[in-house]
Amino acid sequence: MTTSPSGRTLDQARWETGLLLRNGEQLLLTIAIPLGILLVLGVTDVLPVDSGGATGSDRIASALGVVMAVTVISSGFTSLAIATAFERRSGALRFLGTTPLTRGELLGGKLLATLSVTAISVVITTVTALLLGWRPTAGAGWSIVALALGVAAWVPWGLALGGSLRAEAVLAIANGVFLVILMFGGVVIPASSLPGPLDILVAYLPSGALVDGLSSALLLGQPDGVAMVILLAWTTAGTLVATRVFRWS
Amino acid sequence: MDGLSFEAPEGAVTALIGPNGAGKTSTVEACVGLRRPTSGTIEVLGTKVPGPDRAMSQLHAHVGVMLQDGGLYATARPLAMLTHVARLYPAPRDPAELLMAMGIDPDTRTPLRRMSGGEQRRVAAAAALVGRPRLVFLDEPTTGLDAVARRTFHDLIRRYVDEGLSVVLTTHLMDDVERLADTVVVVAAGRAIRVGTVADLTGDEDSVRFTAPMHLDTSDLTAALPPGSTVEEAPPGRYRVTGNLDPLALSTVTAWCGQHGVATKDIHLGKASLEDVVVDLVGDM
Repeated sequence: MTTSPSGRTLDQARWETGLLLRNGEQLLLTIAIPLGILLVLGVTDVLPVDSGGATGSDRIASALGVVMAVTVISSGFTSLAIATAFERRSGALRFLGTTPLTRGELLGGKLLATLSVTAISVVITTVTALLLGWRPTAGAGWSIVALALGVAAWVPWGLALGGSLRAEAVLAIANGVFLVILMFGGVVIPASSLPGPLDILVAYLPSGALVDGLSSALLLGQPDGVAMVILLAWTTAGTLVATRVFRWS
Repeated sequence: MDGLSFEAPEGAVTALIGPNGAGKTSTVEACVGLRRPTSGTIEVLGTKVPGPDRAMSQLHAHVGVMLQDGGLYATARPLAMLTHVARLYPAPRDPAELLMAMGIDPDTRTPLRRMSGGEQRRVAAAAALVGRPRLVFLDEPTTGLDAVARRTFHDLIRRYVDEGLSVVLTTHLMDDVERLADTVVVVAAGRAIRVGTVADLTGDEDSVRFTAPMHLDTSDLTAALPPGSTVEEAPPGRYRVTGNLDPLALSTVTAWCGQHGVATKDIHLGKASLEDVVVDLVGDM
């Protein structure tokens, strides 16, 4: 039993994390697909990778950046939007609105659960990258900052989508956006391989900025200040949109 | 809602009844903060509703709610969901015991989405009660429950009420009202049109009631009945004979119907049932 706001937020986070980890489709999105992309990008050359044309370790580092970005977008946006939409449809969110859990605590729980699932996925892919021969540079830890900012940038948009449309529409749009972003958002296909002016534009998307921030950390061992500012701007805009459009039922 | 006003006494069951669209669910939703009234005031356990998040959270720690539809996590198992909900309250009931009392196996591995409608309603009722509320709102709690499950539910609610629980209940089943309600509020078009106990509403007076074509001229029926009897038609097509009813009143009515070629059904003599009273008040529910 819990009586404090922080305790309820943690309880809700634990509950939401459990739901995510028991849901096969969500696991596919947040763990299996990123892992598959790492294997494809890291050990084959079917897709071009921005590795600076250097060693195998750099190639895997570059692939790891892409995969971490995919993880953030799939768990922070696609999974979150779909889960939220179906919880609205089932009335589960309305019911929670009648318990001592406040809206802030519910959203906090969802954010923490998303961070937990992202962390689990990142650990799995990082260990896999190490097994594939990746050797982290000093300063690779900046990737954690980029990851946190990436989650913060995508979660409000996931909540805005999942909290505003019918569940079926959310399912279609969230998956559609995920695929388009993966292909043309500077994620799987590097921005430099996209036709102009798309190559410049994607750096300003939350996907492109996230990949830039992660690549800078993993390949150069330093933060990308511009990318971080862009992610913060998307966080602010997303929060403003989400607070206006989010509905509980 | 328009001018709906009622008080639900502590440690008692208050039933809101009335036709579909009368405003019962809106009332419940407004009382628990899910819907914002455009005007008027609501006070629940001394707290003004709606209020700031923190105040609502403190109020919700003492209030349970069973929504009319859904409210459950489709992919979760009943005990897992109830255990999570229980953790949000300061002094919850034991989730497994509560599920058993509701006739749900706490060890079931079936997710809620694969359970029958009646089973889901029982889990939703358990979720409303698991926080050990002082006041619980039950919005059509017995819809979809079989007769045995309904009786079990009535007994459980009665037991909690005897221990001090206050209940606001909406229902279309007069069985729920007759077995549970201490006070009945009849709601129509967003207004409380009658408030009282079941006995207040049904009264002691005998009457003859029958259904027949609308707008019959009943003046010669009144003349054939003992002096002081009256014949009323309300709502159209439902007739009620009251007053000085002697043992021949029923045969007088049937004879009159026969003489006038009036096809009637549902004719009966005796005290009005609660359903009769409600239908008289608001038309067919």
